[in-house]
Amino acid sequence: MEVGLNHFLTVSVALFSLGLYGVVTRKNAVMVLMGVELILNSANINFIAFSKFGNFSIDGQLYALFVIILAAAEAAIALAIVLNIYKRFANVNVDEINNLKE
Amino acid sequence: MSEFTNINLSLIVLLLPLFGFFIVLFFGKKFPKLYLAEVGIITLAFILSLVIGYSKLSTYLHQDILFSFTWIDFGNVPNLGNLHVDLGIKIDNLTVIMLFVVNLISMLVHIYSIAYMKDDSRYSRYFAYLGIFTFSMLGIVLTDNLLMMYIFWELVGLSSYLLIGFWYEKQSASDAGKKAFLTNRVGDIGMFIGILVLFTNYKSFSFDFIYAQIASGNLPFGSEAWLTAAGILVFLGAVGKSAQFPLHVWLPDAMEGPTPVSALIHAATMVAAGVYLVARIFVMLTADAMLVIAVVGAVTSLFAATIALTQNDIKKVLAYSTVSQLGYMVMALGVGAYTFAFFHLVTHAFFKACLFLGSGSVIHSMHHEQDIREMGGLKKKMPITYYTFLISTLAISGIPLTSGFLSKDGILAGTLAFGQLTGHWLIPIIGFSVAFLTAFYMFRLVILTFHGSPRNHHKYEHAHESPFVMVMPLVVLSTLSIFFWYTPNPISPDASWFTSNWITTPQTVVPKSASFDFMINESVESSSHNSHEEIIHSEKYTHAMHWAHYPAMIMSLIVAGLGILLAFTMYQWKKISPDKIADSVKALYKGSLNKWYVDEIYAKSFIGGTIKLGDILSWFDKWIIDGIVNGSAYVTKVFSKISGLFDAYVVDGLVNGTALFSGFVGFNFKKLQTGKVQTYIVLVVFSIIVLFFIIGPF
Amino acid sequence: MNGIPILSLITFLPVIGMILILFMPSKMAREIKITSLIITFLQIILAAILLSNFNYSAGGIYEASSFQFVEKFQWIKITGLSWIGTVKVDYFLGADGISLPMLLLTALVSFIAVISSWSINKSVKGFFALFLLLDTGMMGVFVALDFFLFYVFWELMLLPMYFLIGIWGGPRKEYAAIKFFIYTLFGSVFMLLVMIALYFSASETLADGTTVFTFNLLTLMDPTNYTTNGILSPLNPNNYRLAAYIALFVGFAIKIPMFPFHTWLPDAHVEAPTPISVILAGVLLKMGTYGILRISFPIFPEITKDLSYYIALFGVINIIYGALVALAQKDFKKLIAYSSVSHMGYVLLGMASMSTTGITGAIFQMFNHGTITAMLFLIVGVIYDRAHTRDINSFGGLANKMPVYTFFVTIAFFAAIGLPSLSGFISEALVFVGAFGVEEIRVLTMIGTLGILLGAAYMLWTLQRIFFGEFNKKWDDVLTDITFREYAMFIPLTIIIVFLGIYPSAMLDIMNASVNSLVEFLAKNAQGFTLSGM
Repeated sequence: MEVGLNHFLTVSVALFSLGLYGVVTRKNAVMVLMGVELILNSANINFIAFSKFGNFSIDGQLYALFVIILAAAEAAIALAIVLNIYKRFANVNVDEINNLKE
Repeated sequence: MSEFTNINLSLIVLLLPLFGFFIVLFFGKKFPKLYLAEVGIITLAFILSLVIGYSKLSTYLHQDILFSFTWIDFGNVPNLGNLHVDLGIKIDNLTVIMLFVVNLISMLVHIYSIAYMKDDSRYSRYFAYLGIFTFSMLGIVLTDNLLMMYIFWELVGLSSYLLIGFWYEKQSASDAGKKAFLTNRVGDIGMFIGILVLFTNYKSFSFDFIYAQIASGNLPFGSEAWLTAAGILVFLGAVGKSAQFPLHVWLPDAMEGPTPVSALIHAATMVAAGVYLVARIFVMLTADAMLVIAVVGAVTSLFAATIALTQNDIKKVLAYSTVSQLGYMVMALGVGAYTFAFFHLVTHAFFKACLFLGSGSVIHSMHHEQDIREMGGLKKKMPITYYTFLISTLAISGIPLTSGFLSKDGILAGTLAFGQLTGHWLIPIIGFSVAFLTAFYMFRLVILTFHGSPRNHHKYEHAHESPFVMVMPLVVLSTLSIFFWYTPNPISPDASWFTSNWITTPQTVVPKSASFDFMINESVESSSHNSHEEIIHSEKYTHAMHWAHYPAMIMSLIVAGLGILLAFTMYQWKKISPDKIADSVKALYKGSLNKWYVDEIYAKSFIGGTIKLGDILSWFDKWIIDGIVNGSAYVTKVFSKISGLFDAYVVDGLVNGTALFSGFVGFNFKKLQTGKVQTYIVLVVFSIIVLFFIIGPF
Repeated sequence: MNGIPILSLITFLPVIGMILILFMPSKMAREIKITSLIITFLQIILAAILLSNFNYSAGGIYEASSFQFVEKFQWIKITGLSWIGTVKVDYFLGADGISLPMLLLTALVSFIAVISSWSINKSVKGFFALFLLLDTGMMGVFVALDFFLFYVFWELMLLPMYFLIGIWGGPRKEYAAIKFFIYTLFGSVFMLLVMIALYFSASETLADGTTVFTFNLLTLMDPTNYTTNGILSPLNPNNYRLAAYIALFVGFAIKIPMFPFHTWLPDAHVEAPTPISVILAGVLLKMGTYGILRISFPIFPEITKDLSYYIALFGVINIIYGALVALAQKDFKKLIAYSSVSHMGYVLLGMASMSTTGITGAIFQMFNHGTITAMLFLIVGVIYDRAHTRDINSFGGLANKMPVYTFFVTIAFFAAIGLPSLSGFISEALVFVGAFGVEEIRVLTMIGTLGILLGAAYMLWTLQRIFFGEFNKKWDDVLTDITFREYAMFIPLTIIIVFLGIYPSAMLDIMNASVNSLVEFLAKNAQGFTLSGM
């Protein structure tokens, strides 16, 4: 069986759905971050898949690289924020960190 | 003397008293003796006026000396051409005689006042006022145009106002001053409108120019009616100033002023200015206008004479006799007896000034008692005053050998001639009755004041003859009331210098159709309109005058004699009781005593009416006009209140309602706002899916 | 003289003074007063320079070339506005025989008013700053030859006046100030409307060939400059010139003040402090009649002719009504205020005659009323400063207590009565001479002469009630004769009143050429402008 575009997209959808599920359901901030990473990577897969099967030459792969770098930076900053939140609230539960609400 | 010198001299005479006024007014406080300078100035003016008079009457007897200059220049006025207002001086025989009279009496009054006003706190101001009066009066005399006449007319009004109200602490004095000014203003308005009529038509104020225009057939607004109107309107000024009926009410009240002032202003000069004015406009008077003037004069003379019969204030009697005599002069002008009117003006000025100064002398010695019922027997105490007073009384009564006889006789002859020529016999009848009344009330005055026995012994004891400076003017003036100054012939005025040489009736400029036929002399009509043509009246008139001469003389003698006789029977010999007569005609007596209630009627009607109208209009202004203003402001305020309420409840209600609604919506939707990012994400994804299905390719 | 913008100088000099005063600390009250005095004195000097350089034979009125001391440059120009085209307002100043007497009057009265303001002690700085601003507004009105500029100055004078009455006034000052303000503003609205309507009805061609609308008064006077369909164009058969004339007239009439728009005046006068009353009566009232002469008459000559009877009628009503109401007053200041109403009636009557003598008399009356009434209000001020009451009946016998004061009062009163040899007589007489010459208003004129009787009545009655009779001992301590400062106010005015009464040509010659030119212009254009001629 030839691996085609659809397979890639299927994987990507699965990955996106898992990531979304993680983001929406997890209370722990770190877990939410991991969900975000999954979503980003699902996008990466899409980029590369379209780059391979579409007429977009190498652009897609370049974007994927770009996203990976951004994801790394984002993870670093996000973890730093989570760390600071933890220091302040002794807690990383996103439900309880709702000071902006009031 | 050249004409130029005459003009310059007359200007000096005019301005000297003004100069005196200024120095005494401004420096009188610092130098209390400065009033002497004013007296000196008037004396100088008198001497100069003698010089001018001599020069004029000897060298320029039939020639006027004229001088004028442009006062206001309007340039080239659209549709009219050049328009300018000139002022000027005209010296004719009338002028120089008036100059002499005014300056002489003014000088004598100045001298008299030195003693009379001695104790007054405003001594120097009094002399200053006399100065400005003399200036203004000379201005009237010298002017050659109506504008200047009006200007000085008002200025004598001012000085009269100031001098009547000289003792302004007294309410009655300040009332009298105000009354005099305002009453005069009524007449002045008429005069002013008359001047406007003439100026509008002729673009000039000059007498000579206006008369030349009328003579050439250029009538005001092209109608004889307007010419009549103009004459009567200007005459209204004289009605005010010369206290003619119905504007005579101010003159008796004017006696509130110091007595020398009454002599100068309210007997001899200013009040005669009205007569002078009518003489000046005489040539432009139409037959109708003359008739009006004659009637006004006749009514005035009779009216005032009836009041004078019963008055008990020495000055009031003289005041009413002045009104009456002024009426005589005006009547004389109205009947065309121009020369005699002017003659009477001059003789009256002297004897009436003498009478007033004599009464002043009496009042002075009686410590300001003016009621003749408190007097009597003063003849012994004050002989000089008595005899001068008596001479003047004889003159005013028209007894031969006096000046008054000459002038009065002329006037009466004039009225008789007028009656014969026109059929208006009522005027001579009034003339003779007034002559009778005058003789009666004047002798009543003399008898009650000087004859008999003193009725108030206390005052009588203190009475004394006045000092020399007061007596001297009396003597001078009474001498001037004797015939020989005027004519060599004591019984006929025809031979007087006045009527035969100096003053001649000027040729009328009124068109034939509007004039009395006897005023027009066919022989000179075609020749030039020189006002000094010898004989002006028609032969008819000369004839009538000639016819009237002896009857008038005899009748006037009879009525005057009867009047004097009656006065003596009633007051000297007491054969007839005045009280009984008064009782028998009570209503008439009361009316005469109360001046026929004219003052009361005016106070109720005109004065009260005007004040009432002022009050009503003031109320109208405050409550109606301002009420509308404030009302509209109020209405605006009410509207703003209403719109404020609308704003608060309706407009703002909408706004608040919107807010409330949003609040309500927000309150309910708030529940969606959990603050949980995850909820939002769910919503976002959900929404995307929904949107995807809605607008998506399916 | 050509290089120096002397009219701008005389107009804006007070603003410079105002700025100076604003920089001074408010404690320096004396210095502030002296500064104002110097500024107004400099204005008098400038006015004297104007007078000495004035060409007596130049007419002005409608002819730009015969205006003097002209300053003209572009002030506002906005191009390319879609439907209006170009908006252009000139800074256009000039003087002729009508404005010069008013300039002299304004300079003189302002100076006297500053002297009279010496007794002001409440926030001196604000008072004089506003006063000088007011001065600029007044001067500006009399020199502006551009309607827009005229309007700006007209409104400029309104605000300081409001505060001067509203802050320094008497017990009912707020009421009076607001009444004055709203009344005048009400008139201004009409003026603004007419101004804008005129603007869109006439146009002028610039040097570069473009045609623009204009506020230039001289352009508006020339019927050939009007567009055929402008709403105020005489060429337009359906024009609204009559309505516009009435609206404009009402705007000016309020200022005069003409019956029945006069009731703001007594209130404003009674409440205003003395110097402000002096300014109000001396200068402000003249702006109304000046506006009529400068704007209404030459721009709408044919309607002026049609309505001249009504102008005269209102003039006579003013004369008689003002005098009668004055007769009923018990408040000295209110009496003088109503006498103003009466005297301004003469101005209207004179103008309505549209003749040289009448208009000359009207302008001369404006000047004389300015000096005489200023003096009358100063007289009220003297007595009010001392006794703190203006009730005529509470006085009496002042003549002996205050002889010098009485002397000046007598002169001022008799000047107001119109006694010959004082200036008021000449102007009143000229007004009557002019008005009597016009047949339609002859009867009205005769009725109007009653005013000189009524005027004498209320003046002499007042004189009697205050100065004659017994002295009221109540005032023995407070009533003292006038001070040096009061001498300084009375003497110049007295000299002018007497001098112009004896030698009126000094003033009449200034206005003569202009008045003749105005009369000629009115006569020429009063026939109206018909389409057939085009």
